[in-house]
Amino acid sequence: MSRRLRTGLFLVGGAGLWALLGWAFAGLPAFGDYHGVYGRLVNRDSLGQTHAMSAIAAVTFDYRGFDTLGEDFILFASVLGVALLLRQVRERDVDARQAVEESEPVRAVGAIAVPAFFLLGLFVIAHGYLTPGGGFQGGVVVGLALVLVSIATDYRSYARLVHKSLADLVEGVGAGAYVAVGVGGLVAGSAFLESFVSRGKIGELTSSGTIALLSWASGLEVAGATLLLASEFLEELLARRRR
Amino acid sequence: MIPLQAVTLALVAAGGLAVVLARDVVRQAFVNGFYGLSLVVLFLVFQAPDVALSAITVGSAAAPLVIAISIARVHRRERKR
Repeated sequence: MSRRLRTGLFLVGGAGLWALLGWAFAGLPAFGDYHGVYGRLVNRDSLGQTHAMSAIAAVTFDYRGFDTLGEDFILFASVLGVALLLRQVRERDVDARQAVEESEPVRAVGAIAVPAFFLLGLFVIAHGYLTPGGGFQGGVVVGLALVLVSIATDYRSYARLVHKSLADLVEGVGAGAYVAVGVGGLVAGSAFLESFVSRGKIGELTSSGTIALLSWASGLEVAGATLLLASEFLEELLARRRR
Repeated sequence: MIPLQAVTLALVAAGGLAVVLARDVVRQAFVNGFYGLSLVVLFLVFQAPDVALSAITVGSAAAPLVIAISIARVHRRERKR
């Protein structure tokens, strides 16, 4: 194809794209205009039905709890894939003497940041149905707080703190606990993932029934997944033998 | 749209452009981290704190970590050749 033909084709295609885009933008509803029925219903009914102060937690772990189960297992499967691909590196091949952080300020900040972020992550998981947050966000924070150890000190301290078999266990238990809470609804005589625990008083840490349990379950799963992912990537980076 | 929302939208647009225009991959990873942070501000300004929290953890912490490790790995392999 000659250069002129290509330029011509681009000009025609580009003009068409812009025309269609302009047409689409002209038909958009006004800024902040909301026509959804579902959102209004959730805003009106979720507090009374689920006793969760955060309507988003009510949607993700109650009304759409089954979707979140699917998302949990997407993460589970993708981490499994990463582990299968990268676990060719054996632990004895890892040269942990590399990448040791020797700067005192970095180590000092790390010593403060690791416990602080770990606690923050647990807080975000625990209060997901009262304030913004929840299992996914808190789980990533908990996982990354521990990964920070490998950045602030060295890989060996991190590996000593986080055994891969432990991360495996945490991830598996989290994913399993989510299903177990779902089955609990069936055992109690209602539907899968239907809350079978008392909803409690609105605004308290013990409120919202199974939303709290599911939040913790996915928090564990995500924290384990984050740790496994980071461990596999770090080992790959520090591997001594080349393939 | 209040001015703050317009400003953050413009910031995100500028950030996205900066990521594309950065030529060196290491710099690009850094700029990408800041771009992720600008998205966090955007979600917060548009009153979606839950999404903002997810964006902090994924966009400005987890993704840059994976990118940084991958870059380090590829750089080392190239140096060996």
